[in-house]
Amino acid sequence: MRAPYRAALAALALLAAPLLVPSARAQETPPLPNVSWSFEGPFGTFDRAALQRGFLIYKNVCSACHSMNLLYYRNLSAIGLSDAQIKAIAASVQVPTIDDSGQPAERPGTPADRFHAPFPNDTAAKAANNGAVPPDQSLLVNAREGGPTYVYAILTGYTDAPAGVTVPPGLFYNKYFPGHMIHMPPPLQADSVSYTDGVKPTLQQEAHDVTTFLTWAANPNMEERKRMGVKVVLFLVFLTGITYAVKRRVWADVH
Amino acid sequence: MAGLHKSDFKNPLVNWVDSRLPLFTMMQKEYGSFPTPKNFNYFWNFGALATVALGIMILTGIFLAMNYTPNTDMAFDSVQRIMRDVNFGWLIRYAHMNGASMFFIVVYIHIFRGLYYGSYKKPRELLWMIGVVLLLLMMATAFMGYVLPWGQMSYWGATVITNLFSAIPLVGHGIVTWLWGGFSVANPTLNRFFSLHYLLPFVIVGVVFLHVVALHITGSNNPLGIDVKSPQDTLPFHPYYTVKDSVGVCVFLLVWALFVFFMPRYLGDPNNFIPADPLQTPADIVPEWYFLPFYAILRSIPNKLGGVTLMFGSIAVLFVLPWLDTSPVRSARFRPIYRQLVFVLVLSVVVLGVVGAHRPEGIWVVLGRVATLYYFLHFLVLLPLLGKIEQPLPLPESISRPVLTRGGGGPLPGGAPAQPMEKP
Repeated sequence: MRAPYRAALAALALLAAPLLVPSARAQETPPLPNVSWSFEGPFGTFDRAALQRGFLIYKNVCSACHSMNLLYYRNLSAIGLSDAQIKAIAASVQVPTIDDSGQPAERPGTPADRFHAPFPNDTAAKAANNGAVPPDQSLLVNAREGGPTYVYAILTGYTDAPAGVTVPPGLFYNKYFPGHMIHMPPPLQADSVSYTDGVKPTLQQEAHDVTTFLTWAANPNMEERKRMGVKVVLFLVFLTGITYAVKRRVWADVH
Repeated sequence: MAGLHKSDFKNPLVNWVDSRLPLFTMMQKEYGSFPTPKNFNYFWNFGALATVALGIMILTGIFLAMNYTPNTDMAFDSVQRIMRDVNFGWLIRYAHMNGASMFFIVVYIHIFRGLYYGSYKKPRELLWMIGVVLLLLMMATAFMGYVLPWGQMSYWGATVITNLFSAIPLVGHGIVTWLWGGFSVANPTLNRFFSLHYLLPFVIVGVVFLHVVALHITGSNNPLGIDVKSPQDTLPFHPYYTVKDSVGVCVFLLVWALFVFFMPRYLGDPNNFIPADPLQTPADIVPEWYFLPFYAILRSIPNKLGGVTLMFGSIAVLFVLPWLDTSPVRSARFRPIYRQLVFVLVLSVVVLGVVGAHRPEGIWVVLGRVATLYYFLHFLVLLPLLGKIEQPLPLPESISRPVLTRGGGGPLPGGAPAQPMEKP
């Protein structure tokens, strides 16, 4: 009876093969720091206060260079902002439009508008940033190996270059960035923003908050997904049990 | 008769339809009373699981296509619109995206089942070959589907894979231009890939139908690999295997759901969340996990034409497998040497998969070449020889009798006279 076991082992190997792959693609940098997130695990949710602090950092710091083209102001209701707050935030930007006489004009933003981009196009972004376009942040967390922890690591990973390493002008040394030379100047320092909820804006706190916000921005349906997932999985476990019981019953007279 | 089918169904409406179009009779014959070997293990679930996967892929795909825009300027954002603004779009898209992986896992296990229990041998050669056609169609469909979100890996994967055809002497570059519909992977390429990605699944459905028809002519193989000898060896498909397949389907959906709801991006590449940029090549161009073994074979040969030939050859050997394996015994259970080798084959494919995920440097090159060598050695040299030198264990007399042989030290002697069948 060894064959079935080995067959099962082979099946396991086939199942495990895809699992081995992502780890094999890791970058050659120090191991990422150990950070815990409110949205981890099958029941994890986004910490609303952290999301709002993170949005503040995005608005006051990141958005000077980074666009967030996939988000609309209306989406901010999901992080707990009121309709009035969202309207005010949207109205603070000017959006290109065409006026009644057909001439190009500008109007105040509305909740139905996309997040205002800092540059009108990639060429302008490049010209203002030493030849590198600051990546759009809508999906940034999903687009990096290591996800939120990697983004957090980059934000907190600026150090002096080790002895013997010269950093070319316009570049900065970051221990977690592949190749270590990054175009982005250190975006966050302690007290980069002032929080209104009494939380102390240390570098780590700011990085943690903005990464939480970016993770929500990339996965706005995560909470709904996990909530539904728990129900679906429980149902399928129940259905599997019942089906197996029926199967035993049907087959009882065969063996 | 007067042209009407004689239907046994009592319900007058069913009878009326069945007399004119005997679908009910057919279903009853092929899925109701269809005699099926009674000794299937759970490996025989995977054909049904693949069918379920195909159905879910088509269903989710139809709804995705309603919201997707096959234009290089809009494709990426239209997928994100599905994820963010379409009702349950995230669910449909994640189910489809992970569905490709689920489909391949199931089909690879299905193929392993065929290899282990010799399901490709006479009289099921054509059934097996149709299965290999299905594998090829699936690969083409999956590849083109992966291009549609128009992320970095979509674009560069499409560039690398279509460029493989340029290895063909003389006409290669012409073929690549023809595939692209231009001089690079661009909007015409995306358009035709979308069209074909919608078409091919229905071709797959058609070929699956042929696969099932061929199966129902020869009947299923079974873990013992011996022919059905009497009605005692079989059970009606319904309810015995409908319920056993249902158990498998439930577990399969459970695994699928775990991926969709709790780790939807685990099997994907983060680079595909970056919009396609023809001016910026990603550090590593890596296909999805289910293509990695073939990718490793491709890269194990330093010559492009050689690599491409071997890659397609790795599928081509499967076509002729029924004639490469010279042993008359089907199930590996009774083939002591083959039983070891088939696991070495699985190991070599898994190694190839891991090699495919790494840059072709250092140890990975060596491992990739050794595993590739074994893959072809297995099919082209070992299998033809093995049938001649291997001493198979004595086969059980029939499916309903091997119980007697358990623990008795060995099956019945080959020449034992046939016993009258007992009630199982």
